[in-house]
Amino acid sequence: MKFSLSWLKEHLDTDSSAQAIADKLTAIGLEVEGLSNPAETLAAFRIARVLTAEKHPQADKLQVLTVDDGSGEPVQVVCGAPNAHAGLVGVFGPPGAYIPGTNFTLKVAAIRGVESRGMMCSSRELELGDDHSGIIELPADAPIGAAFTAYAGLDDPVFDVNVTPNRQDCMGVRGIARDLAAAGMGTLKPLAVPQIEGSFPCPVPIRIEDPDGCPAFFGRAIRGVKNGASPEWMQRRLKSAGQRPISALVDITNYVMLDHGRPAHAYDIAKLKGGLTARAAKPGEKVLALNEKEYTLEPFMTVIADDAQVHDIGGIMGGEDSGVSSATTDVMLEVAYFTPERIARTGQALGLTSDARSRFERGVDPAFLDEGLAILSGLILDICGGEASAALNVGEPPVERRTITFDFGRTLTLGGIDVPERRQRQILESLGFELTGNEVTVPSWRRDVESSADLVEEVARIIGYDAVPSTPLDRVPGVAHPTAAPAQRQERRVRRTAAARGLDEAITWSFISDEEAAAFGGGVWRLANPISEEMKVMRPSLLPGLIAAARRNLDRGAASVRLFEIGRRYLGDTEHPTLGLLLAGERRPREWQTGKAQTFDVFDAKGEVLALLEAAGAPVANLQVFPDAGPTWHPGRSAKLGLGPKAVLAAFGELHPTLAKRLDAPAGAVAVEIYFDAIPAARASGHARSQHTPPALQAITRDFAFLVPAGVTAGDLMRALRSADKASITAVRLFDRFGTPDGLSLAFEVTLQPVEKSFTDAEIGEVSARIVAAAGKLGARLRT
Amino acid sequence: MTDAQALIDRIAAADNLGDLETLRVAALGKSGSVTALLKSLGAMDPETRAAEAPKIHALREAVTDAIASRKNALEAAELERKLATETVDLSLPAPESVSGTVHPVSQVMDELAEIFADLGFSVAEGPEIETQWYNFTALNMPENHPARAMQDTFYLEPREPGTEPMVLRTHTSPVQIRAAEKQGAPLYVIAPGRVYRSDSDATHTPMFHQVEGLVIDRHITLGHLKWTLETFLKAFFERDDIVLRLRPSYFPFTEPSAEVDVGWSMEKGRRVVGGQEGWMEVLGSGMVHPRVISNMGLDPGEWQGFAFGCGIDRLAMLKYGMDDLRAFFDGDIRWLKHYGFRALDVPTLSGGVGA
Repeated sequence: MKFSLSWLKEHLDTDSSAQAIADKLTAIGLEVEGLSNPAETLAAFRIARVLTAEKHPQADKLQVLTVDDGSGEPVQVVCGAPNAHAGLVGVFGPPGAYIPGTNFTLKVAAIRGVESRGMMCSSRELELGDDHSGIIELPADAPIGAAFTAYAGLDDPVFDVNVTPNRQDCMGVRGIARDLAAAGMGTLKPLAVPQIEGSFPCPVPIRIEDPDGCPAFFGRAIRGVKNGASPEWMQRRLKSAGQRPISALVDITNYVMLDHGRPAHAYDIAKLKGGLTARAAKPGEKVLALNEKEYTLEPFMTVIADDAQVHDIGGIMGGEDSGVSSATTDVMLEVAYFTPERIARTGQALGLTSDARSRFERGVDPAFLDEGLAILSGLILDICGGEASAALNVGEPPVERRTITFDFGRTLTLGGIDVPERRQRQILESLGFELTGNEVTVPSWRRDVESSADLVEEVARIIGYDAVPSTPLDRVPGVAHPTAAPAQRQERRVRRTAAARGLDEAITWSFISDEEAAAFGGGVWRLANPISEEMKVMRPSLLPGLIAAARRNLDRGAASVRLFEIGRRYLGDTEHPTLGLLLAGERRPREWQTGKAQTFDVFDAKGEVLALLEAAGAPVANLQVFPDAGPTWHPGRSAKLGLGPKAVLAAFGELHPTLAKRLDAPAGAVAVEIYFDAIPAARASGHARSQHTPPALQAITRDFAFLVPAGVTAGDLMRALRSADKASITAVRLFDRFGTPDGLSLAFEVTLQPVEKSFTDAEIGEVSARIVAAAGKLGARLRT
Repeated sequence: MTDAQALIDRIAAADNLGDLETLRVAALGKSGSVTALLKSLGAMDPETRAAEAPKIHALREAVTDAIASRKNALEAAELERKLATETVDLSLPAPESVSGTVHPVSQVMDELAEIFADLGFSVAEGPEIETQWYNFTALNMPENHPARAMQDTFYLEPREPGTEPMVLRTHTSPVQIRAAEKQGAPLYVIAPGRVYRSDSDATHTPMFHQVEGLVIDRHITLGHLKWTLETFLKAFFERDDIVLRLRPSYFPFTEPSAEVDVGWSMEKGRRVVGGQEGWMEVLGSGMVHPRVISNMGLDPGEWQGFAFGCGIDRLAMLKYGMDDLRAFFDGDIRWLKHYGFRALDVPTLSGGVGA
């Protein structure tokens, strides 16, 4: 909402400066987003006369002017405007002047070899209008050398206020003036409403067939008007509000809307067939709106139609076919009340925004139809002449005078601010509330005020939130208690462990493309209104996002990518906290000590997944490896880790080559997914650890090499060896593995820990025999 | 004893350990010259022995010392020579080790949890795919509220025809309702997490992060909200010159409502939080609307409180100086390594919540 200081002063008697007013507006909840004064931004520009205009020697479209800027010395200026000619009086910007329309500061420059010491400006260059067809032409008697802004009456600061959706009353300058008066920034002037006596009955009948969407429709005709240009003062105000002047009738309806937050519409009676009816649209009915777009309507939309067609999308936008023009002589005025919820629904469905919609949708003052019509009529009669008919008031606007029983103590107990009751009453009254004892009646224009809390806000905002004292929360005695839930602590530990292990944490989009989701079995949650095809499906896996990020990194020249993300997978039932991890490129770069670069393999993935599961508190020692993690993984080079085939905690391995190709995944990438919600919760066990005394006797190691039949995995064999003598065997480490003509050779170092006394040779022999026997059960033979 | 002197001179002149050993054997070996002298003592008569023995023993001692001394010298020289050949170029690089990073959003979430834990707030969570009830209606945003329009909210295709579409939560505020339903009052929580809006430019991404704060208790006022926000922002930015400006504003779920600006100043050509050369908006807040309290299942006659919501990505940008929000979600390792945090940069109250 934009308006100028002089416009505000039409309603508010004040001596305050523009800056003081702006500060106060922000303080009472009408945030000023901009305060500018053309007189300041355009201070350098002066009125000047073109003395001579010659063709530029080097350029067909340029002229070389000499200009009298009042300094006495003619100034040479190169000018491209087609309307520049000797004798023209216009607006001159000297070197150093800032041209707002092109964001450029003038300096002395040679243009095609001819020196130019300034510029004659167009309206658009000075942001005074859209016209850029030529330079500004002022009347010949304009004072040469004078400041242009003073001459043009531009010394008028303009406020740009962000009106929150609850304050429709401040969608008009008068409402803003009322708030400022309540806040002590001056006095609200009385509203002058003209008395219009109709001299003839209204020739256009009004009917309401959709009282739900349009409960009230007031109107009157004015005949014999002349629809020329609106007066200079009105044009200036409309421009300050960012509106383009069009014609007197259009400008007047816009002005009343901006001045009072009261939208209205004017129909050219010559273009109407019969009376005006507010009715529900017929299914599929079409209307060509004033923005020259055609809209197809639905029955929940209220329209104003004559006997032949729709002329107005009620409360949103008028129709092209009955709009006023310079030929209009007789107009029918519409001042109606449209139901806010219906306007919102219609506007959303049509995707159509307008100044009228933004007001009706918030709810205009239902008690201001008579005055609105009178003010509108009065301005038309004053400016366009003509003769007014009697007013037709059809329907009943929903004026509801809400009453709230207010405990003035709430201002302290909710707002935290101690304001004497007398002052509270004064504030509320100045805002238009009526008070009888503790009964507060809400003014018709404050649809947003419905409870004590709203009244507390009214008082608090007018006093100012600065006056609210900072009040500490009560503090529980002692040191703050830990607050993180076990899942939150688990996530933090895993995150920081991953970072400590050299992984970079990424955050990728929760939505992915159809193609990416399909490669991972498809997503069940799809956006109805995605922002793009790339962001359409809620991810069923974290890997697509990481694959895309890894590819981008490699494309940018990264040699090694180690990324992880902690986020959610969106499956049918619920959202699953998950860690995704991707390793791509080089595990180790080529180095002078180690030689060639090494790439990642699945054992890197296995190392990460086990370390991170350990950090997550999973029972890592009990995990089993189940080969083939599923269709998105390489069947021979991936596995699930779990406590059983159904209790899967994680998956890791190489991506399936088909999937990798489909998603253009980096070659050789390996990945991990950890399913946090599948990890069994650790039992709470207090702070004390189980008792442990390191054994006093030294452990011994013995090596065993076995020839292993196909189908027996290293893991199977290791488990068998460990359980050969659970009391003495404390560790089994694989240290060598190679193929022989007789099968695979696996060599293990077995650690034996004596407890009370050292092993005798005989005891060691016995354990060794048990180890060999355990391996033998799996078909493994001791190599000799 | 000129022979003896000559022997000692020869020992002193030995220029390698081998020669020295030869000399030792020649003098002190089984058939060495000094050994022979020692043996000769047995054949002497007592008088002669008494006269000769000290001399012969002295000789043996002198020769032994000379050999030991020469041996030390030769060994030291040998070590010198050897060490001289053992130099390595220590400007050669050590094996490279990798170091990872924690994303700034995670870091800031940890910082928030730490600060609010001290104020007695726990951390609550809720789903990102929400019902319209929790995301809008319960928060006093009825059916036709403009924020429910398609241009702001991501709607999901219904999984069963005819059911009301779910939405991607547009704010963390639904967690207010869920936490209150679950835990009742009094309630002191923050709820950080991903939120979604149909928006995309340099300062808006369709996904971003918010933190919600909620206090429900019996005697909470706007003054407590002000203190909490001041305390939080001072702790978060680790500056005492944080100045807040509360402005009356409008949110459907709070009444009274306040937009909160924080003062900024220019330092080294950058706009930083602190001081008051200008204001920037950092969060929205207010006293929880009585209707929202009812929707939590609580009696608004008994319980009241405040809520606030704040962009986590924006907090990170203000504190750590990133200027492009889109980079947060690109996964560029150059960016992550520059703006990310080391694993051990764990925010703590004693060590500070800023890394």
